[in-house]
Amino acid sequence: MTVVVVIVTALLSAAALLALFRIVRGPSLLDRVVATDLLLAIIVGAVGTEAAVNRHATTLPILVVLAILGFATSVVVVRFAAREDS
Amino acid sequence: MLSGAFMVAGALLSLAAGIGVVRFPDVLSRMHAATKPQILGLLLILIGVGLRLRTGAEVATLVLVGVFQLATAPVAAQMVGRAAYRSGRHRPDLLVVDELADAAPTTPDS
Repeated sequence: MTVVVVIVTALLSAAALLALFRIVRGPSLLDRVVATDLLLAIIVGAVGTEAAVNRHATTLPILVVLAILGFATSVVVVRFAAREDS
Repeated sequence: MLSGAFMVAGALLSLAAGIGVVRFPDVLSRMHAATKPQILGLLLILIGVGLRLRTGAEVATLVLVGVFQLATAPVAAQMVGRAAYRSGRHRPDLLVVDELADAAPTTPDS
């Protein structure tokens, strides 16, 4: 399991850094929204992996909250962006 | 061991999406890349977690997360795509087929 932890941590960290790069550099607000959604999905994966490795379920409600939060924030920000561009 | 394989596959999809989000040229193709860990990568990692935990309440919570993500990610992606198209953030030279090209321009009110 240790090998799996190391591999998954490295992959998710690299993906999160790339998403952060796009959030910082993204030319438009929509690019940042897409990258933020991606970052949130990566965070869900990381929290889930931690729960699986340590065999506990205390962080599982966080996953539910993150899933709901990602949907709500992206919809709200996209509506704001559409309003602003018109 | 199997759960480890599932989680590594999900993390690989996340990395692929990260590379795609950085390297693809416009909003629509970046969105296409970013959707991979949101659906398949997340489901793979959740399956891995479920295989490790194997108790009823935890698996039910994971199924709830997966179903919610399956229901909401297409909605959010559709809204992002529509806003990108209507505000002219896409690259028309990259589109193979543009079925909305000769549609009447609508007000981007939503």
